[in-house]
Amino acid sequence: MNPAMQRRATMVAASVAALALTVTACSSGNDSSDGGSASSESFEYLSLAENTAVKDTLTALSKDLCRAPQSEAPLEVTTQPQASFDQQLQLLAGQGALPSVFATGNSPEVIKDVHGSGQLVDIDAELEKLGKSDAIIPAARSTIEALYDGEVYVLPTEFNVEGLWYNKALFEENGIDAPTTWDELDAATATLAKAGVTPMAAAGKDGWPLTRLVGNYLYRSLGPDALQKVADGEAKLTDPEYVEAAAQVAALGKAGAFGDSVGSIDYTTAMNQFLTGKAGMYYMGSWALANFNDPSQNTVGAENIGFVPFPAVEGGAGDSTQLAANIGVPLAMSQDRFDDGAKAWLDCMADGFGPQSLTAQGVVTGFAAETDADLPPLTTTVLDQIDAADQTVLWFEALFNPKATTTATSNAQLLVTGRMSPEDFMAAVQADLG
Amino acid sequence: MRHVLGDRRAIALLLGPALVVYTLVMLVPVVWSLGYTFFEGNTITGFEPVGLDNFARLAADPAVREALWFTARFAVVLTIVQVVVGYLLALLYVFVLRRASGVVRTLVFFPVVLPTVAVALLFQQLFESAPRTGPVNALLEAVGIGGVDWFASGSTAFWVIIAMETWRSMGFYAVLLYAGLVDIPEETLESARLDGASGPRLVRHIVLPLSLPVLLSSVIFSINGTLKVFDSVLALTNGGPGSQTTPLTLYMYQTSFTYGEYGFGSSIALLLTMLCLVVTLFIFRSSRRDLTKA
Repeated sequence: MNPAMQRRATMVAASVAALALTVTACSSGNDSSDGGSASSESFEYLSLAENTAVKDTLTALSKDLCRAPQSEAPLEVTTQPQASFDQQLQLLAGQGALPSVFATGNSPEVIKDVHGSGQLVDIDAELEKLGKSDAIIPAARSTIEALYDGEVYVLPTEFNVEGLWYNKALFEENGIDAPTTWDELDAATATLAKAGVTPMAAAGKDGWPLTRLVGNYLYRSLGPDALQKVADGEAKLTDPEYVEAAAQVAALGKAGAFGDSVGSIDYTTAMNQFLTGKAGMYYMGSWALANFNDPSQNTVGAENIGFVPFPAVEGGAGDSTQLAANIGVPLAMSQDRFDDGAKAWLDCMADGFGPQSLTAQGVVTGFAAETDADLPPLTTTVLDQIDAADQTVLWFEALFNPKATTTATSNAQLLVTGRMSPEDFMAAVQADLG
Repeated sequence: MRHVLGDRRAIALLLGPALVVYTLVMLVPVVWSLGYTFFEGNTITGFEPVGLDNFARLAADPAVREALWFTARFAVVLTIVQVVVGYLLALLYVFVLRRASGVVRTLVFFPVVLPTVAVALLFQQLFESAPRTGPVNALLEAVGIGGVDWFASGSTAFWVIIAMETWRSMGFYAVLLYAGLVDIPEETLESARLDGASGPRLVRHIVLPLSLPVLLSSVIFSINGTLKVFDSVLALTNGGPGSQTTPLTLYMYQTSFTYGEYGFGSSIALLLTMLCLVVTLFIFRSSRRDLTKA
């Protein structure tokens, strides 16, 4: 080999080495997560940073009832803030790198897309194989089917009913009863506002607590299929009877129902306003029971809090027995990571998740939970409401795409502060629905 | 050394790895993104070719127009404020504080090194109106003007973002322009003073023309930075209320990653790239002309 050729050979070798180094550096991330579906990996749970209940329940199970699956596939929890959760989920699903079990994000649309690409475990089929089809209670099952086109591929780690919580003492002081009709709600708002109390605590910064009111008004005035019709294209949000709902909520805002600067109030602040007796009413889901039952947060006392379903609208097609219900942010499981360890975990969760969550956290789940333990009275109230409800309804954005959801929640504060007309609000959301 | 650098293969070997990395992490994604503009979908649902639909949507979408208008307004206002405030600070350092300016320079520069999210949280608290009354509103109430709900409307939130960005970046522009002002020969200034020029006249006729090149590079820096504003808006207002403070970058991000429309998101990215290119070329050309004049 002459010197020139030798030099060339060295150079080629060096270039190849450099290239190989770069390529392996780029691909090393995938190798570790792809391989080894035969032997069980850790049971990785991707949680919403804001939700600690599921994490605590799983951790408690791993030390007690689920010790066997824990030794096979140890639980590992990672978190992601709710605001960026959908992005993270899309990213992971796009790379085929979903964790064993994960929260399904803010918009049901995202998980429907992931399901469409065949990456999710068919929970219904797997539970049937385990002989545990009745692990999910019927009310939760019907809510799941309403949300996910009649299929069950999520785990209902919560089962919430929503409605108006009110401060009994404040209502008594001002001589008002819990509102059962929209007109009574208007009147109660006026009385409380006059007394210098914020009538209704609402997180305008997050927006959804405000759009919930619009959605509920629609269900009461037009019936339980009001928003399904919009989803099916049979009705439009810009139709006058739909705009009426936004106008009523805007009028409530104009009457001072949500206090000053509602756009700066976030979830925690609104909760705090209600639990420290600064607000008379609070529209919220029963997941808040965890906070209501915690004396360090709740200074007005759990016995002082009452619950009524969303008030009826006179002459409306719906009525207040149709409780707004949801399954919180349910969990889904990745098919790629569904190894023996994950199966054992599913088996164990089907038995243990409901009772553990109910007794330790006071959170009602969609899992069957026969328990003899003494439950806080407020929790019992909610369980009674769930038993009594023969039909449930969803929430305003439940059947919307992510864009319409963002438009609705981000413009809600403008609607109730009079900076956006009800017509414009509904038109903006309808435009994104396509 | 000349022997090594004269050898094409040696150059290829030295540049090769860096070029490969650059191509993989920069050029490929850029071209890839350009390709996405002719498709719609995301990594979960897959992609379908849609031809020029995304460009038609780009032209018709009122949200794009709103975001473009916000971006333009934001870039122009902030560039003017940033550079003017920076220039005034630089003049203060050079002509008033002189050698004692070191401490002030450091203090004014300090916000530049702070993380954006921390600064945004700070400004959220400063301009808060509920549940607590922030210092700014407390001051307004104390002097009898009454508090303002700054983040409740796009027009007031706009000025909070401008105030925050100015506070965050004025130190940088002050130092940049300070370097330019220090370069002006002392003799020139001395002779101008002997001719009777002082104060505003000295600045207007001597300092300003001589610092024009560095002033123009500040403008290019600033306009490109402000057209691409993202993190500070995301952290301070998240584009709200509604979409009233949503710049193109945030809309692009939401479209791609929240709404799962990678194709349309890439089209918005292309629009933003073209905008930056046109503005930079425009300023570059005018600056060249001005340089030859000066």
